[in-house]
Amino acid sequence: MAEKEQADRGKAQEAARALVVSSSPHDFSKRTTQQIMWEVFVALLPATLIGVWSFGFRAALVMGLTVASALGFEALWQAAARRPQTVGDGSAALTGLLLALNLPPSSSWWICMVGAGVAILLGKMVFGGLGQNVFNPALTGRVFLLIAFPAEMTTWLVPRTSGKLPETFLGHGTIAWDGSGNVLAGGVSSQGVDMITAATPLGLLSEKGASAITDVSFWDAFLGMGINGSLGEVSAMLLLAGGVYLGFRRIITLHIPLSFLGTMAVIATITNLIDPNMYAPASIHLVTGGAMIGAFFMATDYVTSPIHPAGRIVFGIGCGLLTMVIRLWGGYPEGVSFAILLMNATTPLIDRYVHGRKFGFVAKDTGGKK
Amino acid sequence: MGSFPGGVHPRYEKDLTAGKATRTLDPPAEAVIPMSQHIGAPAKVCVEKGDEVRTGQVVGEAGGFVSSPVHATVSGKVKVIEDRPHPSGKDVLSVVIESDGEDAWVDLDPHEADLLEIPLNEVKERILEAGIVGLGGATFPSHVKLSPPADKTIDTVILNGAECEPYLTADHRLMLEQPRAVAQGLALIARVMGAARGIIAVEANKPDAIQALEAEVGKLSGSVDAKLEVKVLPVVYPQGAEKQLIYALLGREVPSGGLPMDVSALVHNVGTAASMVRAACEGRPLVERIVTVTGDAVKEPDNLSVRIGTPVRELIEACGGYVDDGPAKLIAGGPMMGFAQHTDEVPVIKGTSGILVLSKRLVRRVEPGPCIRCGECIRHCPMKLNPAELVLYAEHDLFADAERVGALDCIECGCCSWGCPASIPLVQHVRKVKVEIMAERAKDRKAS
Repeated sequence: MAEKEQADRGKAQEAARALVVSSSPHDFSKRTTQQIMWEVFVALLPATLIGVWSFGFRAALVMGLTVASALGFEALWQAAARRPQTVGDGSAALTGLLLALNLPPSSSWWICMVGAGVAILLGKMVFGGLGQNVFNPALTGRVFLLIAFPAEMTTWLVPRTSGKLPETFLGHGTIAWDGSGNVLAGGVSSQGVDMITAATPLGLLSEKGASAITDVSFWDAFLGMGINGSLGEVSAMLLLAGGVYLGFRRIITLHIPLSFLGTMAVIATITNLIDPNMYAPASIHLVTGGAMIGAFFMATDYVTSPIHPAGRIVFGIGCGLLTMVIRLWGGYPEGVSFAILLMNATTPLIDRYVHGRKFGFVAKDTGGKK
Repeated sequence: MGSFPGGVHPRYEKDLTAGKATRTLDPPAEAVIPMSQHIGAPAKVCVEKGDEVRTGQVVGEAGGFVSSPVHATVSGKVKVIEDRPHPSGKDVLSVVIESDGEDAWVDLDPHEADLLEIPLNEVKERILEAGIVGLGGATFPSHVKLSPPADKTIDTVILNGAECEPYLTADHRLMLEQPRAVAQGLALIARVMGAARGIIAVEANKPDAIQALEAEVGKLSGSVDAKLEVKVLPVVYPQGAEKQLIYALLGREVPSGGLPMDVSALVHNVGTAASMVRAACEGRPLVERIVTVTGDAVKEPDNLSVRIGTPVRELIEACGGYVDDGPAKLIAGGPMMGFAQHTDEVPVIKGTSGILVLSKRLVRRVEPGPCIRCGECIRHCPMKLNPAELVLYAEHDLFADAERVGALDCIECGCCSWGCPASIPLVQHVRKVKVEIMAERAKDRKAS
């Protein structure tokens, strides 16, 4: 009996030694950083797929190469800095995909790699990696490319949904790079068609005014039929669906997208009322260019946007305002990227001054009534 | 989400024990009575080694106004007076009583008057003498809360039966099994405070307790001046936190740095109220309480009524022992705010509402990642603080900045840490900052 007691006590002591002691709480939600990144991938999937479907195999290569480059650059940086590998957290891959979705489908291999390098190295790692950067990495990469290689970055393929491609082009799977970056008109050369390009609706709008894009219908742009532009700008509807999914899954709040797009809509409506020949209506502005992908996927980047709901509204309004200023009166046809990057710089300031009232921060003599 | 801003929905797991009637455990062979089972000054030992004591006898006298006496919970001989492991994690001076197995009580002094006829000063005195402290876990001496400064009036007394802490069902069983004592407690406190209104607040996940309480409150309502009622609250953690409870019921915000009495409210736990009734009527000191023994690493989870001072090990044994895989974490209290223990030799104290034993499967050990500023901590914070910002200040020892952004308003509910996708120990950092700020303040006071 005594022996058994001894054994029991020994067992109890053994058990006690194994007890984990830590400060509460002892239960945790299932959400992890990785899971958040994967949810965003899921939300981007429809837009990604229609990008590939519209622009062909080449679009898939652009995406694959950009994502792989982003992962590679982060891995190289961490190895060189002798820091733990972080490519598994999903954020580099997401940056790669977001960058690819902002590239023209015709982008050369070196555009993909240079863009990913700038995005990951200058946009993120130099600040200390995930969570530390000031500017949206994917947009940092894109804007660098846009300024450094304007010709490459404004060559827009005509999607198969336009109905303007010759029969022989459909299903064309080989990559025949157009090294000069010249804008090719439609037609078949002796080597076969490399690509067929045309200006984007926003390009025409910027150059010639609203009367030049009367053939662009809201529904075509919304659904993504026959609209050219960046890989991920094809279908406003699918981007919107992805954004709503993220909101529903509580990955993002809708403060930024709604205030962003709302501000754009207000400005577009006012200017359109003033001069409909010059300025396009809100229905066109919201479904073309980078408005949807910017509002739902770029401006909502946690790290570079305000953390308080009230601050997010201020941020969104700023993005919408700057976007429209650039679109309507700036030198570039599209201003979403610039607008978001500029607002990124104001994020710390917004966080400091725009936040909700803390619980209990009431005047003492009110008896707790607000 | 609920009746106050923020909050979370952790795994509740109350089904493990909610349906199990409270089982009374025999008094232990050896009771360990720590002198510190409450907030405030520790009690002063008033017995000596070798003394014979009876159940209910005072073994430690209140060490000041904000303090509470402690009583022997078995009859027998004082074996030793020494520092013993305590659920707070520190070793605390304790009177260890070897039971004679008789459970011979001191002579109790039942009051001849009806509960609601006992003079008010006698009620307060009896509650002090019975060593009653907040049984919800905060263990603030109850008599202090019943004696607010003269310039404060209380119009509403709230009994907290929310029991928002996951896993725990001790209050649930108490409300279901002793609804009369709880309802009487409400009437008693409302009378002591001169309050016009009394509310028993229960989360909607305890419909049977709500029904039982409504019946008892209905029986009492004619016999007291105050309007008494049972209010059903949405299930969201931390619904039972004092400030959130008052806000949910009355729409009043306790001001930063203030107390419920600043908004004319007073909150007591339902178990505390029931103990007050026994103290006032029977003169019975606080020597036992209901403890939920639960978790996936204990074989037969149950609700036990045990003597204070019973080693936790005995509670586990009474519930079939640990599962074969063994316990990975032993928690005094619930998963959100409970204290992890390094040994099961610690005694049950007045504030022990539960013993939660978790297996390896439920114990997470991961390295925190970088903050991605997702804002989940802000969304969940019931005090509308910015835990992520507080952590930045904590990491850089910027205590004045932390105080400016509300560190001292943190109620340490743990919602921020619970929801953080990067596993950052947010509330733990804030706790550290609060300690530092209070230490600075103490230093400043000394200097001036």
